[in-house]
Amino acid sequence: MASASHAAHSHGDEPQPLVGHLVPYSTLFATGLALLFLTVITVAARYIDLGEANIYLAIGIAVVKATLVSLFFMHLRWDRPFNLMVLVGSMLFVVLMMVFCMMDVGQYQPTINKGNPAKVQAYLDANAPYAPITKK
Amino acid sequence: MSHAHSDATHAGHDDHGHHGHGDHAKYPFLAHHFDTPNQQFESGKLGMWVFLATEVLFFGALFVMYAIMRFKNPEVFSYASNYLDTILGGINTCVLILSSLTMAVGVRAAQTNKKGLLVACLSLTLAGALGFLVIKYFEYAHKFHLNLKWGMAFYQPVDAEDAELVKVEPKPVENPVLAISAPNPSAGAKADPIVPLPPADRTAIALPKAGPDGVATVALVEKAQEPAHFKPQNEDHLLDPVMPANTHKFFAIYYIMTGLHGIHVVIGVGVIGWLLVMAMRGAYSSDYFTPVDLVGLYWHVVDLVWIFLFPLFYLIH
Repeated sequence: MASASHAAHSHGDEPQPLVGHLVPYSTLFATGLALLFLTVITVAARYIDLGEANIYLAIGIAVVKATLVSLFFMHLRWDRPFNLMVLVGSMLFVVLMMVFCMMDVGQYQPTINKGNPAKVQAYLDANAPYAPITKK
Repeated sequence: MSHAHSDATHAGHDDHGHHGHGDHAKYPFLAHHFDTPNQQFESGKLGMWVFLATEVLFFGALFVMYAIMRFKNPEVFSYASNYLDTILGGINTCVLILSSLTMAVGVRAAQTNKKGLLVACLSLTLAGALGFLVIKYFEYAHKFHLNLKWGMAFYQPVDAEDAELVKVEPKPVENPVLAISAPNPSAGAKADPIVPLPPADRTAIALPKAGPDGVATVALVEKAQEPAHFKPQNEDHLLDPVMPANTHKFFAIYYIMTGLHGIHVVIGVGVIGWLLVMAMRGAYSSDYFTPVDLVGLYWHVVDLVWIFLFPLFYLIH
């Protein structure tokens, strides 16, 4: 990888940037191709029934694509690590918020009233067929 | 920043090795409060990354909303996803990835003083952004035409003909639901009122009632509580016997998230267009290309968000 990251310096005919890092064309196009390939994979995966695993596969492929974009298109592979920390940190906080929200939602799920006691519902069925609250 | 552009091209001939007191004279684009071009570049980049972190949090909150809604209404997401056009969504994904690629190549072109390539790359990126918006417009227009909208608009008939199809005058005697569930002295309250109804009738009865939490009809909610996943059986969702209750919720979050992403694409069109104009004027060189780099970062984040939106909305099995 050292050769790839410094490949630009071997091209004496190209002007060098004053600041920042030069990413070789080969790396950029390989990343683009990989992203298109993973897009095809993720579309194909939609038609395979993996049950619960479907969504995890889709998210997994999206995470791989996001990693490729941020490492190579966004130069994080060669950037100061602090920029990577900022991005990963923000994503970690999103995950933290998601985990706590889902824990909360899951916790309260069994206590949600999903219907009326049988006798009440029987009365509603008979007297108010359009009644908004449904049977258990 | 703009006052520096006119002189920026002249700085390209300087020796890169010295970053001393002479930097401000040597680099017209170097702001007085920075010591070196590198310090200026890295500061700008860090600022951009902090902004992008807020963007991640911005969309992140919506992804949390998505997770909660999908957790509570899995059948709605599974069913309504079928109304989205996977082909158009897939094309749009590829358009965004390719425009991300041209943006990355454009940054390299700016870094290596290739003005022609930079202008070409920015034009292609701009074309990709506009192409994405055009495709998205057709998707939205099609859904609006079918009343696949958020809220109660989702339950309105599309036109007079549709209204006729889905409408049933509530005549108590002839109405099947009333007939079934009316008190029957011989059966008492034990008669099961849940009897499958002909699709058109059931949907017609549901029309004024189906919708927000708790006002869906019994038949629809019974259907929704089954764990099975449905595919639409009728192109008109109002006439679809298997449409789960609260299907409009999917379209609400679909428009919120893709709409917010679309607004970011529109902003991207603006800033990339600005870059294009400045690049044609020769404002960027291997010495000074920070705006190209930072707009590039923004555009990649727009791509990143779509990378997650696409499978979460279009590709639900």
